[in-house]
Amino acid sequence: MAVTTYSGVEQYNFDIVKKFAVMSLVWAVIGMFVGVYIASELAWPFLNFDSPYFSFGRFRPVHTTSVIFGFGGSALFATSYYVVQRTCQTRLISDGMASFTFWGWMAAVLLADISYVLGYTQSREYAEMEWPIDLLIEVVWVTYLILFVGTIMRRKQPHIYVANWFYLAFILATALLHTFNNLAMPIDLFSMKSYSLFAGTQDAMTQWWYGHNAVGFFLTAAFLGMMYYFVPKQAGRPIYSYRLSIVHFWALGFMYMWVGAHHLHWTALPDWTSSLAAAFSILLLMPSWGGMINGIMTLSGAWDKLRTDPVMRFMIVALSFYGMSTFEGPMMSLKEVNALSHYTDWTVGHVHSGALGWVAMISFGSLYHMIPKLWDTKIYSNKLVEVHFWLATLGIVLYIVAMWISGITQGLMWRAFDEFGNLQYSFVESVAAMHPFYAMRAIGGMFFLTGAVLMTYNMFMTIRQGKQEAAALEAKLAAKLAHA
Amino acid sequence: MWFSKPENTKPLALIIFFVTFIGIVIYAYGSKKRSEKLESYRDIPFLDDQPGDKADTKDKQ
Repeated sequence: MAVTTYSGVEQYNFDIVKKFAVMSLVWAVIGMFVGVYIASELAWPFLNFDSPYFSFGRFRPVHTTSVIFGFGGSALFATSYYVVQRTCQTRLISDGMASFTFWGWMAAVLLADISYVLGYTQSREYAEMEWPIDLLIEVVWVTYLILFVGTIMRRKQPHIYVANWFYLAFILATALLHTFNNLAMPIDLFSMKSYSLFAGTQDAMTQWWYGHNAVGFFLTAAFLGMMYYFVPKQAGRPIYSYRLSIVHFWALGFMYMWVGAHHLHWTALPDWTSSLAAAFSILLLMPSWGGMINGIMTLSGAWDKLRTDPVMRFMIVALSFYGMSTFEGPMMSLKEVNALSHYTDWTVGHVHSGALGWVAMISFGSLYHMIPKLWDTKIYSNKLVEVHFWLATLGIVLYIVAMWISGITQGLMWRAFDEFGNLQYSFVESVAAMHPFYAMRAIGGMFFLTGAVLMTYNMFMTIRQGKQEAAALEAKLAAKLAHA
Repeated sequence: MWFSKPENTKPLALIIFFVTFIGIVIYAYGSKKRSEKLESYRDIPFLDDQPGDKADTKDKQ
């Protein structure tokens, strides 16, 4: 192993990390606010204002795009650039390319959000952007790949640390997924409208191959990369088992690619295909829990940090939610369970236990660790971190409990028959039964959003404090030089 | 063609993937010397720590 002593900020390009870190907080607030708004629309429909521009259908992709690609994507760009530089002990190969990924990515997310509100969508879940935006993303992503691989290639550290493996798998897989899911023919060179190259069942299969691998590689593998660097750093001790991380990486990467078809149980898809997907989903439990155990056991011998360090608490609770949702997912992929859960709010609850509990919590923890270091200062307020933690945790619990109750109730109501074999409930009766849980979900979301706003304030003050300290130091140095 | 029949390729794929997985497990856990080497990589995140890294919080509340 090569040991390189830290030799000043110039050694690394932290400017790009700072930009993405700040924008991840901005997108978190925007995306979560839209999420709370659309959750409220379901509970209190007057919020639609009878306008297409405010409708759930147009705002929903604004929410998913802003939180997944805006918040999550920016957090991943920031942390991957930070981790690859520090673990390879080298600077990114090109500042210009790094800057291009920032402006290109911001433009893609912003243009996508605007286009949804205006009614442009290709109706592919988590890939609603129409073809011109897809092309922009393609260019940005290939630049990201070249930049990341190029930086790894000129590393000073002979071994590639496991976090970089996860980041690289995420970048490669996302490139593949984005390209093939978005193969489409525009109706005209000057029209936003396009038609997919796939049709019927193949189209559904392609969409869910993309959809679940977006979960697997964008929302899981990449954030595991984050976990493998920031959990040891925050805990002040190395990862529990490096060998386990190797098995974790290969098993997870191999198995995720097969599971997308479990979204299409009981459809026109051939039965063996979705059964195969279910079998791989069950197998996936083992690497997922292997990774969770590896992360949590890193704290072995330092469990007191859970009491004393709220940032550590974010990370360990994130890993706990990761374990919980990777148990729930395989269970829901079983055909019998899926017959009850599919098309219900249970799925929405499951997604959010992963998205809020795992993705957002590990991102918050990592950003709380990284932002003060970037500006060479300390967190402005630990108390606010503590308050954020409890608001976020309570918000998630309210959200997922509401969706569990509402989803299982929906599933049971839809399959209930009366003594004559007719459906016992009309659809609208099931909608009316959901109302209290939709309100509860919206309130859970409000808790979570409030936590994110507090974090943004806390980080803004941290950055301001870092700048003031740097200015004071510079003034002191200048004064000393003047007297010398 | 032999490989165009799923009843042939399915068990073949199973054998290839299973052997690969066992190979990775043997690689990771099979040799004591390699295990020690692999475990030494755990320390990589700590190799470029900044002198005077500020770990604590400056609470201004």
